[in-house]
Amino acid sequence: MNDMNMEKKGEAQAAAQPQAAQPKAAPAAAPAAARPAAAAPAQPAKNQIEPECVAPEALRERMETLKNKEGYDFLENLTGFDWEADGLGVVYQLASTADPSRRVNLKTLTTDRENPYLPSVADLWDIANIYEREVYDFFGIRFTGHPDMRRIFMREDWVGYPMRKDDETEKNNPLRMTPEPLSDFTETYTLQSDGTVTKSQRRLFEEDEYVVNIGPQHPSTHGVLHFRVSLEGEKIKKIDPVLGYIHRGVEKISEKMTYPQTLALTDRLDYLGAMQNRHALCMCIEQAMGVEVSDRVKVIRTIMDELQRIDSHILFFSCLCQDLGATTAFLYGFRDREQILDIFEETCGGRLILNYNTIGGVMADIHPNFQKRVKAFIPYMRKNIKEYHDIFTGNVIFQNRAKGVGVLTKEQCISFGCTGGTGRAAGWHNDVRKLRPYAAYDRVQFNEVVRSEGDSFARYMIRLDEILESLNIIEQLIDNIPEGNFQEKMKPIIKVPEGLYYSAVEGSRGEFGVLLESKGDKSPYRLHYRSTGLPLVAVMDTACRDNMIADLITIGGTVDYVVPDIDR
Amino acid sequence: MAINKRPKIKSIPYEEFKDNETFERLVAELNAKGTNVIVRKLDELIDWGRSNSLWPLTFATSCCGIEFMAVCAARYDIARFGFEVTRNSPRQADVILVSGTITTKMAPVLRRLYDQMADPKYVVAVGGCAVSGGPFTKSYHVVNGVDNIIPVDVYVPGCPPRPESFLYGMMQLQRKVKVENFFGTTNRKEKDPYRDTMAEKAEEIYNEEEQA
Amino acid sequence: MFNFDIVTTWLHNLLTGTLGLPEWGAILTESILVALAIITIYAVFAIVLIYMERKVCAAFQCRLGPMRVGPWGTLQVFSDVFKMLTKEIINLRQTDLFLHNLAPFLVVTASMVTFACLPWNAGAHILDFNVGVFFFLAISSIGVVGILLAGWSSNNKYSLIGAMRSGAQIISYELSIGMTMLTMICLTGTMQFSEICADQAVNGWNIFRGHLPAVLAFIIYLVAGNAECNRGPFDLPESESELTAGYHTEYSGMHFGYYYLAEYLNLFICAGMASTIFLGGWAPLHIAGLEGFNGVMDAVPGFVWFLGKTFFVVFLLMWLRWTFPRLRIDQILSLEWKYLVPISMVNLVLMALVVSMGWHF
Repeated sequence: MNDMNMEKKGEAQAAAQPQAAQPKAAPAAAPAAARPAAAAPAQPAKNQIEPECVAPEALRERMETLKNKEGYDFLENLTGFDWEADGLGVVYQLASTADPSRRVNLKTLTTDRENPYLPSVADLWDIANIYEREVYDFFGIRFTGHPDMRRIFMREDWVGYPMRKDDETEKNNPLRMTPEPLSDFTETYTLQSDGTVTKSQRRLFEEDEYVVNIGPQHPSTHGVLHFRVSLEGEKIKKIDPVLGYIHRGVEKISEKMTYPQTLALTDRLDYLGAMQNRHALCMCIEQAMGVEVSDRVKVIRTIMDELQRIDSHILFFSCLCQDLGATTAFLYGFRDREQILDIFEETCGGRLILNYNTIGGVMADIHPNFQKRVKAFIPYMRKNIKEYHDIFTGNVIFQNRAKGVGVLTKEQCISFGCTGGTGRAAGWHNDVRKLRPYAAYDRVQFNEVVRSEGDSFARYMIRLDEILESLNIIEQLIDNIPEGNFQEKMKPIIKVPEGLYYSAVEGSRGEFGVLLESKGDKSPYRLHYRSTGLPLVAVMDTACRDNMIADLITIGGTVDYVVPDIDR
Repeated sequence: MAINKRPKIKSIPYEEFKDNETFERLVAELNAKGTNVIVRKLDELIDWGRSNSLWPLTFATSCCGIEFMAVCAARYDIARFGFEVTRNSPRQADVILVSGTITTKMAPVLRRLYDQMADPKYVVAVGGCAVSGGPFTKSYHVVNGVDNIIPVDVYVPGCPPRPESFLYGMMQLQRKVKVENFFGTTNRKEKDPYRDTMAEKAEEIYNEEEQA
Repeated sequence: MFNFDIVTTWLHNLLTGTLGLPEWGAILTESILVALAIITIYAVFAIVLIYMERKVCAAFQCRLGPMRVGPWGTLQVFSDVFKMLTKEIINLRQTDLFLHNLAPFLVVTASMVTFACLPWNAGAHILDFNVGVFFFLAISSIGVVGILLAGWSSNNKYSLIGAMRSGAQIISYELSIGMTMLTMICLTGTMQFSEICADQAVNGWNIFRGHLPAVLAFIIYLVAGNAECNRGPFDLPESESELTAGYHTEYSGMHFGYYYLAEYLNLFICAGMASTIFLGGWAPLHIAGLEGFNGVMDAVPGFVWFLGKTFFVVFLLMWLRWTFPRLRIDQILSLEWKYLVPISMVNLVLMALVVSMGWHF
């Protein structure tokens, strides 16, 4: 600890840092820049949300007004709930991209447990399509007017709805070794004017379509993802994603665990954003409980998050090269990634699954070598980014394969909720670090890397530029780690006060949010993770249409999803 | 001629391997039948070939897959063992490294992959999830250990295992392969049990198509 | 300069004279011996090339490559061969079994026969006619039949797409190969491989003699030849990340081994042809005016020259493979039809002009 800079936190903010890159964009929204004051337990927690309850009959009208008149164009989250006696319901979290400070939360519920129906909003926000399928799969709520009401995670012959509190999942669903049934038909439920619901069937793939199954075991789906791809020659006509091959029911098992236990599972969601995921959950619980962590913890967490982001982006680069056939670049990426893993290993003890953040702090103080090694790493990585550009970015074959391929417009990204690099490549300013600064992000200067092309090449360049930005952030913080506790004193049994809480961090590939409902017990009543990857998979159909099979690989590689994060 | 009880693995002496008891039991079982000298010599040659050329199937479901990539990369370099030829088609692979959680939806797929592989085929369960279900044992959608679905040769615990343990697990597998018998055991020509029924079914489909 | 004729005539005399075999008997025995030799050399070269590829690729990727089987991993490929030989061959239900099993043999036969066309040394050519170039082009196209059959008979969608890609690609790039070869025939005035080499031994290597058009033809030949071998960046018939293993997805054991062998041998043949036609084959390097230097060069046997040049080209192709990402199918076809074919046509005319005006050396 002796070599540590003794500056106090006020001085740490001083602009004594090298200003390699001046921010182009104006500083983030003003209210967020203020330092969070320690919340007194009496006041509502900073991240508590109180959704406005809307009756199912009035929901469509309200939603249409919000979307079309009031400009809430980003459906951040759509979460199913089972409030037992109160009924089954859905919580909608909407935000406006024009003015990120405007956010609205709604909820709707139905008391019918046998045949629950709620109106669909899939025509207003594209992403609602897949979110509502998820809710149907877990809670059995059917959405009237939804064009494609099928299960998405579980097998089609699954009995019951696993996330319901009264579901007897194990009893009804023994391990089935029969091949998975995959229907070519999908269902739509329509609400008639007299209040009854009718069901109609529709074909997904015609009899004479040439459908190729890419996945579940396929080298370029980055895990166990299954695309049913309809082809015309080499051209893609349609993609139907089938998910759930790595669905482990993390949200459900969390309901039976204590809060510290639930932390262990977050690392295994998006294992390339282990730090950030756990950071989000810890932050959510801390803010709900009104615990303020020390500045030291905040800075350490920020540095770790950024190291993790670099790690993830290097892996992105490597895997993209591998998928496009440039195996050598893949190994170069891994060579550099090992350096970060060494730094992690010294402090956290793990390489991939780090288990570092805890409620109220971090597991252990940073290793004495930490600062030295990170400082050595920064110039090393800057040099190697140049090498990446030399070896791969400038390659004419890669440029031809990536430029103009899989273009996503800003509107599409917002409608599909594609946060992170994918959205920023299309010009959508969506960086949570800028919009709602958390941890130590309000005291560092960095650029939000944004491009406007929205094609695969832009998505690729965003990632490489973000590595440089992350290095800038780390450089500003690494000498200014304030003194303090690395762990706040917590009660032996952690209980979160009753309420609904939402916290989000900027994960490696987008906004990673935690929606936590507590009834005041030692385990969560409902814990929902806003997956960063699910919107990215949902957008694949739009992005890949009329492109070739080879482009599916490029697009899938550049939107950069991680499957265990999608399936949870 | 008896099978060599202590197959040599470069740079690790026999004593330093863990779980030698299980291995000795296996060798004793194989030795009990006894073997012809010439046959055993040929077997040794084939086993040498097989144990040094275990081509893995690229199969990964979650975190351990990333560590597998790290094993293939420069620092750990699985190519030193000659295992770097990862095959994407199960027909051409020799060993399936089950790295990651296997869910009940994935289980039939994994089973099918295993069935598609050509003999001789080996299975290594990598990571806590594949060994026993790991942190997800209580889940409604996770298979608690791949040995419920397919026979496993080597278990590599860890969450995820370090690259060194990957290599150690592969060396354990090499040991196991080195004491195998080839003649009269694997690579037998089995009669297709479904041949007739499948032919009938195909005919039915043809007839139906013609009628339509 | 070492001439292999000494060995062949000695053998012939041995068989007819000392052993007293009739003429047809001697030729039959010789044919069998040559066939055996060719198969052995084929297998040995496959092993050498696979080992080389793994080491070269490791070197590019800051790794070591095979190290543990034998010294420096030299026995690695042998153990692979033993494994492959004893691996189960899977017969698929509901496929055309005969065609499925025939396909790998077609591929391997095509590459073996083209292998026999290579001039190894002065006097050491096996298939050597006056229309050698045509024969070479014709035989090498049989391979694509095997690939198409494999894709079709596997009853697998990936295989089918892979085979179709491969068919389109190989047939397209054969045009460029033919055209560049014609360009060089224009210069040498013969289609017989032995004479092409002999000519270069006297007049200097073609790539130097034909200056600009020859260099251009050499580059086009390397690109097209690489595509013909289905190697990266043109490896999309079996592109791993898209089609798992392309046309040979359903093949296991030694059937897959044949494809694997053929892939590497095609690489060697492609490089061998490049060295025969452009780099003088077994002809040593001569620099006009430096008699001492030329004398030293002449002392090196021809097959060493041939192998040296060939492995140099093989190394170039490996370098390409491990550097570039893969092209897309439409890019591959537009590269061929929009660029390579027109350029090689113009190049042919240019070469004709050079030859008729006597501008070459």
